[in-house]
Amino acid sequence: MPSELTAGRTVTDVPVAQRIFTLEQRAALGRLGWGTLSVGLFFGIWELLWYLGIADPKLLPPPHIFLGNFADQARFFNTATRWQIGVNPTDGPSPYEAVAITIGATSARVFVGLGIAAVLSITIGVLIRYFQVFEKLVLPTLTLLSPVSPIAWLPVAIFIFGIGNKPAVFMVVIALFFHMVLSTISQIDNVNRNLINVARTMGASKRQIYWRVIIPAILPQLLIVLRLNLFGAWMVVLVAESTGVGFGLGQVIMLARNTFNPSLVFFTIAVIGLLGFLSDWALRVIQRRALYWVPETAGVLRGL
Amino acid sequence: MASKPIQPFSRQEAVVCRGVAKTWAEGTPRAHEALRDIDLDIQPGEFVVLLGPSGCGKSTLLYLIAGLEARSRGEIWSFDGAVTSPSPDRSLIFQETSLFPWLSVWQNVAFGLSLRGDPLEERRRAAAAALARVGLAEAMEKRPDELSGGMRQRVAVARALTMRPKVLLMDEPFAALDVQTRAKMQDFLLDVWRDSGASVLFVTHSIDEAVALADRVVVFTARPGRIKSIIPVDLPRPRDPFAPESESLRRRLMEELRSEVDRAFAEQEALVGA
Repeated sequence: MPSELTAGRTVTDVPVAQRIFTLEQRAALGRLGWGTLSVGLFFGIWELLWYLGIADPKLLPPPHIFLGNFADQARFFNTATRWQIGVNPTDGPSPYEAVAITIGATSARVFVGLGIAAVLSITIGVLIRYFQVFEKLVLPTLTLLSPVSPIAWLPVAIFIFGIGNKPAVFMVVIALFFHMVLSTISQIDNVNRNLINVARTMGASKRQIYWRVIIPAILPQLLIVLRLNLFGAWMVVLVAESTGVGFGLGQVIMLARNTFNPSLVFFTIAVIGLLGFLSDWALRVIQRRALYWVPETAGVLRGL
Repeated sequence: MASKPIQPFSRQEAVVCRGVAKTWAEGTPRAHEALRDIDLDIQPGEFVVLLGPSGCGKSTLLYLIAGLEARSRGEIWSFDGAVTSPSPDRSLIFQETSLFPWLSVWQNVAFGLSLRGDPLEERRRAAAAALARVGLAEAMEKRPDELSGGMRQRVAVARALTMRPKVLLMDEPFAALDVQTRAKMQDFLLDVWRDSGASVLFVTHSIDEAVALADRVVVFTARPGRIKSIIPVDLPRPRDPFAPESESLRRRLMEELRSEVDRAFAEQEALVGA
């Protein structure tokens, strides 16, 4: 399909890129290009510091070292449940499979935690505004607990859930829960009064007002809150994994620290960064699909 | 002040207000009196414009009549029932867009019907009919943010009409529109009003709008809002805004309002300590 830009010109005048790609595809390619350039610049400076002998490769190995030997790094991604007596750590999946399993396990903990936190906190937040008694009974305690760092909950997670997936998921949930409940309540209070009043004049019951007006109205903001907290979830899951979950990216970082393996640390950081970026992108896509009515407001400041 | 004795009414009026008053945040230090002693009767099928300076409480009166806010004193009836809560008989149309952005145009229009649990087919049919009446039959599947401001207000009118209200309450519905669109919307509203047979209670601070629309203009005083005068308008429709009768009516309304606007200004200046 010819774009508007091609009007009045013969096809051969138009640059190749405009003939092959649509406007959106070109915008996406542009973003990808800048992203690559940004990371390339960062890595380039690092490599330069190494080349000049300023960065010690034993402490700050440059990217070509810690990314160069994938097979060597993959050895450390061990998914054997080593605390069990009689299990041979060399049994089990191959190093490459182990990398995939580790990444999958950590991602699953993040997303299951995110899902539980979202459903739980929206439910509690709505109930708090729906039933006054519930608000009076629950809100003071929630407000009191909300400033507590998720790290402080770590021992509690282990007391309650022992070792395994559950405490890690619990940590993700607890890290998001309080913030999201309070945010749900403030979103409910900010719903456009006109929308509620329209529903009331049409004879909506309290229940209908909540289901049909308030919940759809607060979803867009809550999804943004969820996305902002996604990175928090990635942070806290590593802490949880480093203490007693058996395997996961957090455990690999811990292993790298204990065995003084800077290459492994940076390799894992690179993997985590990439995963965080991809999951943010995935949530953005979900947001666009699920909340089709919310206009995209990015770029307001570009013209300045 | 002692409240007036309740005056009799025939139970045929679309809206009856007797001694209605509203004080916001009553009993607190922030209390302020919005409305005092409103007596007003509105006949079925009548088009009444409430005109007054900004903040004079005319919108508050609409909310009280809609049943969305509780009055502080006085009585309000609509036909034979006392107003105690919102009812589909009295639809309210707001100044700003009040369409649900997550629903398509037709789902917005049929929202009230779906609350009642009407079947899908019926809802679609009713929405299509209402949208055809406001000239937006083509917009069924569109989303509200794809429409212009004037179209959105027409959808809001269609949504109100599907509930077959006996009273249409309109709170400066065209204030956010440009002048040309506003004139078109006024013609459109008069058409809708004529074939719906509903009473319309229309709040505005625009004298031109009052001249174009009203059977009667109710002029409000500055805060607290009281009824200053009720001016019947018996000009034939469609009205020529430049006709001498329109001019003299406009002048009269302007004089009625001027002292109130001056008073509102003086009060605001006193508030900021100027």
